Amino acid sequence: MLRIEYPNYETLRAHGEETYPNECCGVLLGKNVVGEGNHVQRIVRAGNTRTDSAHNRYNIAPHELVRVQRQARGLGLDIVGFYHSHPDHPAQWSQTDFAEAHWLGCSYIITSVEQGKAALTNSFLLSGTGEDNKQFVDEAIQIDIASTVADVAAHNQKGQE
Amino acid sequence: MNIHIPTPLRAYTGGLETISISGATVQAVFQQLTVSYPDVKQHLFTPEGKLRSFVNVYLNDDDIRYLEAKEETPVKDTDELTIIPSIAGGVNL
Repeated sequence: MLRIEYPNYETLRAHGEETYPNECCGVLLGKNVVGEGNHVQRIVRAGNTRTDSAHNRYNIAPHELVRVQRQARGLGLDIVGFYHSHPDHPAQWSQTDFAEAHWLGCSYIITSVEQGKAALTNSFLLSGTGEDNKQFVDEAIQIDIASTVADVAAHNQKGQE
Repeated sequence: MNIHIPTPLRAYTGGLETISISGATVQAVFQQLTVSYPDVKQHLFTPEGKLRSFVNVYLNDDDIRYLEAKEETPVKDTDELTIIPSIAGGVNL
């Protein structure tokens, strides 16, 4: 299960709306809790370097990843996953997503953005021990909701069912 | 020098995020890394010994693929190596 605080969850969804009709992308920082899964404590927006085809491709520059990894280290956190959006396309991993996924044990969040509005958000855990047996596994998202925003969150969640 | 290990490979380094290894060049450091942590090797290199295409290695702020001497680049104990797998994808069309 992926755990994420509500403000981070909404921020990554809003990022997809902001970049629509192009794909957004970013990094999930947090900790892997044994027996529970990845717990996101901070998200970091990243630039999409695929300006040649940003509506259906994303790529995070390696030097930006190095910077984010340093940031995570400074915070005492780890890179536990990534997020990106699928403009006018289901929140389901694609063959491209799978082929380009190499962070075993990390969570890949995908938000479908339909006509500029964030719709469904799903998470997939990249499991396996190597390139030969890696696979995406559906992963439940547990959203930690502060009481002040509980009503809004409940409304959004209901809208996704 | 310090080598920073990405999350997926820490399963093969005893959970260590940073490993200190001495060596004269990037290649020598990698050689020692794979001796100390043999299970890491297959994730970094092809069976032919080439760095896997999706694995990026930075010497401080420089991608070693773009350094003149590449893996033969000399290193100092104060340098840092960062291993960072690529991240990309997108909708299939």
